[in-house]
Amino acid sequence: MSDDTLRVAKIRSGTVIDHVPGGQALNVLAILGIDGSAGEAVSVGMNVSSDRLGQKDIVKVEGRELSQAEVDVISLIAPAASINIVRDYEVVEKNRVVRPERVTGVLTCPNHNCITTGNEPVESAFDVLDGGVRCAYCDTILREDIAAHL
Amino acid sequence: MRHDHLLSANQLSRDDIEAVLDRAATIADDPPDHADDVLALLFFEPSTRTKMSFDTAMKRLGGTTVDMGSAEASSVKKGETLADTVRVVEGYADAIVLRHPSEGAAKMASEFVDVPVVNAGDGAGQHPSQTLLDLYTIRENAGLDDLTIGIMGDLKYGRTVHSLASALTNFDARQQFISPESLRLPRSVRFDLHEAGAQVREHTDLAEVLPDLDVLYVTRIQRERFPDENEYRAVAGQYRIDEATLADASDDLTVMHPLPRVDEIAPDVDSTPHATYFEQAHNGVPVRMALLSALLGGEDR
Ligand SMILES: [Zn+2]
Repeated sequence: MSDDTLRVAKIRSGTVIDHVPGGQALNVLAILGIDGSAGEAVSVGMNVSSDRLGQKDIVKVEGRELSQAEVDVISLIAPAASINIVRDYEVVEKNRVVRPERVTGVLTCPNHNCITTGNEPVESAFDVLDGGVRCAYCDTILREDIAAHL
Repeated sequence: MRHDHLLSANQLSRDDIEAVLDRAATIADDPPDHADDVLALLFFEPSTRTKMSFDTAMKRLGGTTVDMGSAEASSVKKGETLADTVRVVEGYADAIVLRHPSEGAAKMASEFVDVPVVNAGDGAGQHPSQTLLDLYTIRENAGLDDLTIGIMGDLKYGRTVHSLASALTNFDARQQFISPESLRLPRSVRFDLHEAGAQVREHTDLAEVLPDLDVLYVTRIQRERFPDENEYRAVAGQYRIDEATLADASDDLTVMHPLPRVDEIAPDVDSTPHATYFEQAHNGVPVRMALLSALLGGEDR
């Protein structure tokens, strides 16, 4: 890890989400359902300099490993992110996010007239585009603020 | 057709379209026998003409139709989900025609049943059987290649426009969209047209493109899309055509409209050689016969 990364306190065991585009860290926390109320230990570095991204955010979550669904959604707002699993202060696993072709059940369609927003027994489904997602039912395209539709 | 359902014009290839249109041209003379087939007409919002067109098409094939009646009088009123309704109806019918106010309804319905589902309009989404009869009419009057088509009116909520635009990407068609700024094509339709490499231009003024058009497809601008009456009147008037407007058009211009019209095409256009909208409506029956027969497996009989 770079010196900049070390600016954010080390964690003992948990997950480091690195190379998040600058300014997106709070959206990553929203995806993980973290608002501080449950007492989780979380460190966030925002707009630290990065060779790869210019400016990046970094999120460290103590005592938690992420589900594949969470990683899939993070990939939508942070396509270059890496997910590092830490145990006893050592990075034991380091993975780049992979953008899935479709995300199911996590985003809510912004089209209030979409069949997935009613009380039908159907999960939302979005096909992943370059730079956005598209509702598999009503075709609505969502580009910015994907995190607002979690 | 390769498909089990007709949900969106996006799924139609040029071969699919041509197969249905070719069959539509001859089907009335020699209709295949569907005497054993039952078609369910599930109309969750009123559309007398589309319903009558499917009803007539099925009966001309020798089959029968069942109808759930008005949405108010049916189980919908009791709060049954669409998913439950179609699963029940699947037991009565060999195919389902669905009109529903929510976008994506037909796609969802198709996931719950094994019989073919035809989307007969889902909210502001798609209306692909209308597109097949539109294409049939265009082919008869102007041909589908080297075509310049103007599509005018409410392009944002007009589902017939969304289906037609995506189907036209299969052909050598230059698409000119004419609408008020606030009723431009939705992002998803523009995205598909761009992905398909379609030749597309957007305009606010019909006069810019009228002389170049082979076909002018007019749709209605609805009062309820505007917050106040004055704004609506100002906009709607600019997208109304009459015989005088068409003075600048080519003699061969074909004027189409999915009907019903209110006042976007003046009655004085009806007696000109341009008027094709009634013929277009009549084409619904043979085209839907060809479509239903394909979905019900009639081509093999
Ligand atoms: Zn949707």
